[in-house]
Amino acid sequence: MQITLKLFATFRNDRFKVAQQEIPDGTECRTIVLGLGLTEEEIGIILVNGRHVTLDYVLHDSETLSLFPLVGGG
Amino acid sequence: MSNNIMTFIRAQLADSLLPWAVQNAAAEKFACSLAEVEELALENGILPARYQRNQNMISTAEQLLLFRSRIAVIGCGGLGGYVIEELARIGVGRIIAIDPDVFEEHNLNRQLLATVHTLGQAKAEAAAARVSEINPAVTVTPVKDAFCRANGRDLLDGVNVAVDALDCISCRLELAETSAEMLIPMVHGAIGGWYGHVATQLPGDTTVQSIYSNWVQGKGIEKELGNPAFTPAVVASLQVAEVCKILLGKGELLRRRKLSIDLLDMEIHEIPYGSPADVIYLPTRDIESARAAG
Repeated sequence: MQITLKLFATFRNDRFKVAQQEIPDGTECRTIVLGLGLTEEEIGIILVNGRHVTLDYVLHDSETLSLFPLVGGG
Repeated sequence: MSNNIMTFIRAQLADSLLPWAVQNAAAEKFACSLAEVEELALENGILPARYQRNQNMISTAEQLLLFRSRIAVIGCGGLGGYVIEELARIGVGRIIAIDPDVFEEHNLNRQLLATVHTLGQAKAEAAAARVSEINPAVTVTPVKDAFCRANGRDLLDGVNVAVDALDCISCRLELAETSAEMLIPMVHGAIGGWYGHVATQLPGDTTVQSIYSNWVQGKGIEKELGNPAFTPAVVASLQVAEVCKILLGKGELLRRRKLSIDLLDMEIHEIPYGSPADVIYLPTRDIESARAAG
């Protein structure tokens, strides 16, 4: 199945803003995150079709996964 | 005495406005504070001349509302410096400036209150000194201490809005909890490099907790990127706009949504933070059992 992967802020560096990805059925968001070379600690928010999910969320065909990094400075 | 002060003031208005020199002279002649003169003037519908450019968006009655407000700014670094500056200029009457640190050289690239003269000085004290130069009618209470659950209730006592200008995620969560318990609105801002975000949390909301629901420990991208001069100015200004709207009951707040700002690609994204029921979370086993059942 195919998903759309959108990256934001520093996650775009040396990667992309948006890409289509072929993934097997039953793929969790965590697998995508780790596949990008990111760690769970770097993740701020995870959205699927604009709604908040956790790393355990299992993706469905045609969904859009958006990943934002953690920001906490002042 | 207030009648005498008002007579003194009314005799010296310029274009119906109270000039700063007259406000000073009244305080001196009647041995009262600049704040007392300002409040009395505003109560009588007289606008101090320094606020005349506010006038078409903030009425004299609203200016009194701002002057009678008490805002806690937690963190007086990158965000907090700009927040305090803007609150003082717009005429918020009381500011609690909270920060445990002193200025160091690496603050000079972005922190408004950091100057070569304030190096080594407590950030909270520098905030009070700066406000006394801009608007001495504003009362700043400097607190050289770190905000935490233990002192939070004392620090936020009587506060109308808490501004989150902290740089530590666990402290932000402690502030969110304390503000919620005390039914105090909180305006949250965070920055890192070219990026930042802002959200407003009213009592009963859990937006800040949701923003950091994936957080386990440590800092965000700011640890690697640091912060430039412009990102704190942008995010702090958005925070102050939210504070003013809360105090005046105007406009649409950034409630149950977060503005996520990317100054490198010049994009602003709005992220919804609805009630917890809006969050889709199905553990794998539930999906499998749903598939097996269906």
